[in-house]
Amino acid sequence: MRTVRRLPHVDRVAIEERAATLAKRSIKAEAKQQGIRLAVSMLDLTTLEGADTPGKVRQLAAKAVCPAPHRPEVPSCAAVCVYPALVSTAREAVDGTGVQVASVSTAFPAGQSSLAVRLEETREAVAAGADEIDMVISRQAYLAGDDARVVDEIVQVREACGDAHLKVILETAELPSYDHVRHASTIAMEAGADFIKTSTGKAKLGATPGVVLVMLEAIRDYTQRTGRVVGMKPAGGVSTSKQALHMLVLVKETLGDDWLTPERFRIGASSVLNDLLMQYEKGHSGRYGRAEDFSKE
Amino acid sequence: MTPARVAVRKTYKLYVRGAFARSESGRHDPVLDHGSRHVANIARASRKDVRDAVKAARKAQAGWAGKTAYNRGQVLYRAAEALESRSAELAQQAVDLRGAAPAAARDEVAAAVDVLVHYAGWTDKLAAVLGGVNPVAAPFLSFSMPEPTGVVGVVAPEEPELLGLIGALAPALAAGNTVVAICSERWPLAGLDLGEVLAVSDVPAGVVNLLAGRRAELAPALGAHRDLNAIVDAAGDAELGAELDRLAAETVKRVLRIREAGDAREDSLRRLEALTELKTAWHPIGA
Amino acid sequence: MTVTPERTRVRWDYSPAPESADHVRLRDAYGVFVGGEFADPRSGASAPTVNPATEEPLADVAVAGPEDIAHAIATARAAQEKWAALPGLERGKYLFRIARLMQERARELAVVETMDGGKPIRESRDIDIPLAAAHFFSYAGWADKLSYGLAGRGAQPLGVVAQIVPWNFPLLMAAWKLAPALACGNAAILKPAETTPLTALLLAEICQEAELPPGVVSILTGDGATGAGLVRAEGIDKVAFTGSTAVGKDIQAALAGRDVGLTLELGGKSANIVFEDAALDQAVEGIVQGIFFNQGHVCCAGSRLLVQESVAEAVEAKLWERMQKLRLGDPLDKNTDVGAVNSGEQLERIETLVAAGEEEGATRRTISCDIPERGHWFAPTMFTAVSPVHRIAVEEIFGPVVSLLTFRTQAEAIEKANNSKYGLAAGIWTDKGGRAFEVASALQAGVVWQNTYNHFDPTAAFGGYKESGFGREGGAAGLRPYVRVR
Repeated sequence: MRTVRRLPHVDRVAIEERAATLAKRSIKAEAKQQGIRLAVSMLDLTTLEGADTPGKVRQLAAKAVCPAPHRPEVPSCAAVCVYPALVSTAREAVDGTGVQVASVSTAFPAGQSSLAVRLEETREAVAAGADEIDMVISRQAYLAGDDARVVDEIVQVREACGDAHLKVILETAELPSYDHVRHASTIAMEAGADFIKTSTGKAKLGATPGVVLVMLEAIRDYTQRTGRVVGMKPAGGVSTSKQALHMLVLVKETLGDDWLTPERFRIGASSVLNDLLMQYEKGHSGRYGRAEDFSKE
Repeated sequence: MTPARVAVRKTYKLYVRGAFARSESGRHDPVLDHGSRHVANIARASRKDVRDAVKAARKAQAGWAGKTAYNRGQVLYRAAEALESRSAELAQQAVDLRGAAPAAARDEVAAAVDVLVHYAGWTDKLAAVLGGVNPVAAPFLSFSMPEPTGVVGVVAPEEPELLGLIGALAPALAAGNTVVAICSERWPLAGLDLGEVLAVSDVPAGVVNLLAGRRAELAPALGAHRDLNAIVDAAGDAELGAELDRLAAETVKRVLRIREAGDAREDSLRRLEALTELKTAWHPIGA
Repeated sequence: MTVTPERTRVRWDYSPAPESADHVRLRDAYGVFVGGEFADPRSGASAPTVNPATEEPLADVAVAGPEDIAHAIATARAAQEKWAALPGLERGKYLFRIARLMQERARELAVVETMDGGKPIRESRDIDIPLAAAHFFSYAGWADKLSYGLAGRGAQPLGVVAQIVPWNFPLLMAAWKLAPALACGNAAILKPAETTPLTALLLAEICQEAELPPGVVSILTGDGATGAGLVRAEGIDKVAFTGSTAVGKDIQAALAGRDVGLTLELGGKSANIVFEDAALDQAVEGIVQGIFFNQGHVCCAGSRLLVQESVAEAVEAKLWERMQKLRLGDPLDKNTDVGAVNSGEQLERIETLVAAGEEEGATRRTISCDIPERGHWFAPTMFTAVSPVHRIAVEEIFGPVVSLLTFRTQAEAIEKANNSKYGLAAGIWTDKGGRAFEVASALQAGVVWQNTYNHFDPTAAFGGYKESGFGREGGAAGLRPYVRVR
């Protein structure tokens, strides 16, 4: 009989209260402009639709490389994030720019395929040029209490990544409690994740502030204990500048200023980029903006 | 000489899901004043409107019950503010429509406002009065707390049409329930105007739903609806009351009978308690 | 694939985010508020009230003397009978008006509270003022339901009540005192703290706007002598006092032999107890909330941190790391966590006790932060290697200073927690419900927070055991001190 897991304790009311208090940080003026540029530099600009085509991906990539042509101080995004079939297109489009290519894999988003298939998909994506692989943990295994299988799969996918970095998606919306989010974060890190990520963006809920805070605290303890740095990526549900800046506040006040870098923190999103650019413009012009002033891919 | 100004006449609609809509049946009823003069048309609700209203009330119930008691109290107080601001108009309406004496009409509206204020002040006190810690004879923390019963149907009296309606639905709301109410059939305008008052009072959509039409058609439809948790019978009609009792038995609905419209404040605890469920929980005291 | 070189790290700091104060209109001078009007004090004395963050004067306020006190009592007495004779619902409606006016003027009240007292605007705005309005709202609803709150027994108001409030939550404490007193049909004379009179004076204006019958509320600003005089004056039926234990004892003695009701809410040295199985990150947050909220100027502050020895190292490390993220500075800055100490006197008291702690051999750690040149400030401080006998573990510091002690077993934790002349509050951090309730039952504390700290609500009774005072504020229990039950 399988050993029953022992969950770490996380207090939901307290976590949500802390996350809400940090939302009250007032980010104005220069801090806001700087924060926006920082957030842009951390974006994994994402498109994960059945309808994605090479044309769509090229346009997205162009935006990721140069989000605001008339504002050269606004940096490139960190990466573009696409399905495996579009990795080679993405690679070609961003080559030489410093923008990374992240690919989802492991039968994203549900993960309900054989391990062999999921590993092969990963190897193909890496061979096609992916710098980073975003995998999903098997919720089928996790929710049935089979932590050993969850860990083993992560280890094997990490191996299949080779030099590519591995982000492990927990799909927190499907986990029963914050205790589980903390637990899954820790076993994912112990299994070798380079980044832990909240969501696929395909579930009802994405990266809520409470979930992000729990994961940041898990990283804090793990890094303190082992000395190994693991990054964090909220995905899904970050659609406004305010939310993006809130994420930066959570990182700053939980892990510290050292973590405010795309090497350690990413935001998986798409529509938030234009809101960031709009807020950035307002910071310069003093005018409330409109959607038409920014290109849509 | 300038011609007399043409008045813009009001359309009276049902208030369901936070919006004002005509009956799905498209029917109407004329409203006659005490001298049988035609005053307005109202949308005449149907059984399907009852069904839609109950659905709306059910959807809104968890959210309303989930608000803090303080928040519910503030909403009810705001409804009192909004009703007070229209008291002159509503009093005049009772005079014109029903032929009420002006002083009595003013008193009725003032009393209705006071009922809302009274129940606004109940929301955060009910738990203390109805609930408490039970000193059980074993090492357990045992406590009992009142919770809303859920979706409450209300059959308002014919008169007083405003005070009677508010005295029946305020207790339900204060306790965290959502409401589907059938207004006075003979004098429906005040009830429908109440919809306007509630709509400006931060009452979330679906928490109160107000229907007008033929009571003989609507009340049994409401009373028979299986997704209703309780029915408040303020109609003052023995035969209808007996029928509602029989219908309630089908799903063990709670029945609150209100006979006196005028004592909504004196009678408050009885009305509140009838629309709550008391939950008792136990937890060991021991490490 | 080549690994990308690290991008340049950016140091991201919050820019200043000051709450604007230019919509606030303060008078140059305030008189006493008696009989529904402001008037020059009969004592002829006044004194400035000062912003402790800048040391700048904000306004002159009256220092009420014996004649003012006598006049206020007579006026209150005259108004009280009619006030008590009003139907409860009508009394309640006045209180509802006051609550709504407080909500309407919330921002102004929050800014003035911060300027006058030194607490961060985030706290005045999000906690003090909303709770104060909520307190009036809640007690407004009791005014016509007294029998339900008093076990069905008929109740008579006491008459004229004298209420003295402290400087740490000026408006909130005024609300805690006035709302239940008025709901029960009493007339009240409020004496705000010497250093924080302004929000009470704005509340007086609100009473005027609400057209509260004149004489029902009086506000007599002044100093310690004013309070002492009020308590000893003829014609009061009850005293309610929140403040230091020393003054509380003084008042209790002064009322000896007189038939005057008394409730006291005094000091504390509350134990915040962390068990091995607690959610540690949240416990640390709760510790911070317990002792650094309002710069530790809180009677129920969790100033004694009792940590189970098996997790003491981890808690200490996490707490120290967390403390360094506290932002000390301009109280009007929306990002400030720790504001100014309320007065030079209070700062001296804190510094004296902290020095004693160091002398006694405890290990002091204070966060390093920029201290503004003007104003009174004390940086968040933690003491470890503290023994129960140390002064810093026994005496109330009333500042942002936490003392960490350890325990091994639950029984030991309870014993240590109860080993105090105080008994106001306690915190329990554990994941086990059964332990939370068992320890709560054993603690001699009037308020026990389980897996949280410093939460307040108008419906939740608050008050102390032992030398932390007697009587409760909040809930139905908060009505009882203001009535005579038949």
